[in-house]
Amino acid sequence: MTFWLVLTVNSITFGGLLFLLSAGFSLIFGLMRIPNLTHGSLFMLGAYFGATFIGGYLALRFDFWVAALLAALSVAVFGALIERFLLRQLPGQQMAQVLVTLGISFMVADFCLLAWGGDPINVATPSALAGFVRAGPAVFPLYRLGVIAIAAVIAAALWLLLDRTRLGAMIRAGVDDPDMARVVGIRVSQLFTIVFALGAGLAAFAGVVGAPILSVYPGLDQDMLPLALVVVILGGSGSLLGSFVGSIIVGFIYNFGQALFPELAYFVLFLPMLLVLILRPQGLFGRFVP
Amino acid sequence: MIRRDVALLLAAVALVTLPYWMSGIYYINVASQILFFAVFALGLNIIAGYGGLVSLGHAALFGISAYVVGYLLQHGAGHAIAILGALLAGLAAMAVYAALALRATGIGFIMITLALGEILWGLAYRWISVTNGDNGINLHGRPQPFGFDINSASGFYYATLIVFVAAVAAVAVFVRSPLGAALMGTRDQPRRMNALGYHVWAIRFWACMFSGLLTSIAGILFVYYTQFISPQTLALTSSAEVLLMVIAGGAGTLLGPIVGAGLVVVVKSVVSGFIERWNFLLGAIFVAIVILMPEGLVPGTARLWRRAWQGKDGAPP
Repeated sequence: MTFWLVLTVNSITFGGLLFLLSAGFSLIFGLMRIPNLTHGSLFMLGAYFGATFIGGYLALRFDFWVAALLAALSVAVFGALIERFLLRQLPGQQMAQVLVTLGISFMVADFCLLAWGGDPINVATPSALAGFVRAGPAVFPLYRLGVIAIAAVIAAALWLLLDRTRLGAMIRAGVDDPDMARVVGIRVSQLFTIVFALGAGLAAFAGVVGAPILSVYPGLDQDMLPLALVVVILGGSGSLLGSFVGSIIVGFIYNFGQALFPELAYFVLFLPMLLVLILRPQGLFGRFVP
Repeated sequence: MIRRDVALLLAAVALVTLPYWMSGIYYINVASQILFFAVFALGLNIIAGYGGLVSLGHAALFGISAYVVGYLLQHGAGHAIAILGALLAGLAAMAVYAALALRATGIGFIMITLALGEILWGLAYRWISVTNGDNGINLHGRPQPFGFDINSASGFYYATLIVFVAAVAAVAVFVRSPLGAALMGTRDQPRRMNALGYHVWAIRFWACMFSGLLTSIAGILFVYYTQFISPQTLALTSSAEVLLMVIAGGAGTLLGPIVGAGLVVVVKSVVSGFIERWNFLLGAIFVAIVILMPEGLVPGTARLWRRAWQGKDGAPP
């Protein structure tokens, strides 16, 4: 019983991390109609930035949360630059844009290997959340519960942003019908930059928040990108609810898979994807078939 | 046309006599690599170039065939059974890929093939009891097809050359066949093809299977060449490398993938001799090609050549 309970909490925690990663991925996909293949790299870059800010560089040391925000901010700027100076050069050529993001992801991965070396970096949990919570026989690390809370707060904030603000309404209009949105005077290309930067920042933030659990290592990008892809295939692109539900599903399948048949953990992800593709190709909450 | 035949003849002579004028085993081996990667790129080009279905999971298909050869040989099977098993496994995997990925086209196809490829990579990496994980599987020795010894560099080169020529001929025939024409039709005007009574899905499916066959063959040549297979072969970087061959050379042309394979293999072998950062360069070349010469080197050069020609005469040739 305890085993299942701990596993469930771990699954929700991982689902929360995945949500932070894939919410931006899904929005970018919904708006720009391209899977941003740099998303795993942005997650990894954020984690490395965060680890550097926390671990200290040139006598500068930051608190965990300040470091997470700084990493998110710098990667958001990086994302905005990618969108402005590379993707913008290829308007309407989605295939070319995808390939450019793929090329950038290799460059980022190699840059991280050059800058931080091949050894994994462990990041200490922030001191405020270092303890444990006891619930009967089960013991939960406080940090994991904290991650769930953070993910829930950000999910609510994103929902408010998309559902209750003018910017959100413009983004939703852009997702549903970019051409029509342009006609009514929304500057969709400006939205591209905003959403790309927002998604990049969220991915980097997820990287830092996930670092105490996952640690930071080369290849982290290649571990995370497929999970984000599966989440979006499951949940449907451009839908916040879709990436939320998809993240929780993938979090559960991945963690239970790893506990029950560790060698095939990656492979069992295949099954829900298969079902969704056969029964509902646009994803559970998707607005269009990509 | 005559100029083209002469060029073809010269290329054939150069390829057949290559081990005699190319000094050093190393360079003959590089030539073999170019040839089997060209077969791989030709396979991907069938769907990516002629079918408009870009796959980012093809290295996993290539890797499955290589793994099956390694696994079967390790468990005492003969070379004939290992090769047959690898072909069947490669085709079966391609059928699953196609059945799932053809639910979508364009970007959706890329995403699904990417996810499938990564899942197979994860399987190769973590299913240690079968794949030996990161340590990979070693092979011992190459087969002797029809009594020929292909353990030497030039022996293997000729075996690869024969397969390569057969693959080029098969692709050339395919492109000119009704199925090839129909495939290009589904790339350019899928709705019209559908309205004309073509079964768009089936055309794409069989194109995928042909692509999978060539990929599988290339994977078998690869594993016999390196005598080693590890998860790295299935990784996204490998899928991107072969896609770069197709795009750099010119997708949807017969010559393009071959030129692209030559370019990527040469740059990779030369560059990795003195710098470690191959992946950075791969990414940079990728970005540069996509932005600067999106149609690829072969059509791009042909266009420049024609323009120069027309500029001189003032009339098209």
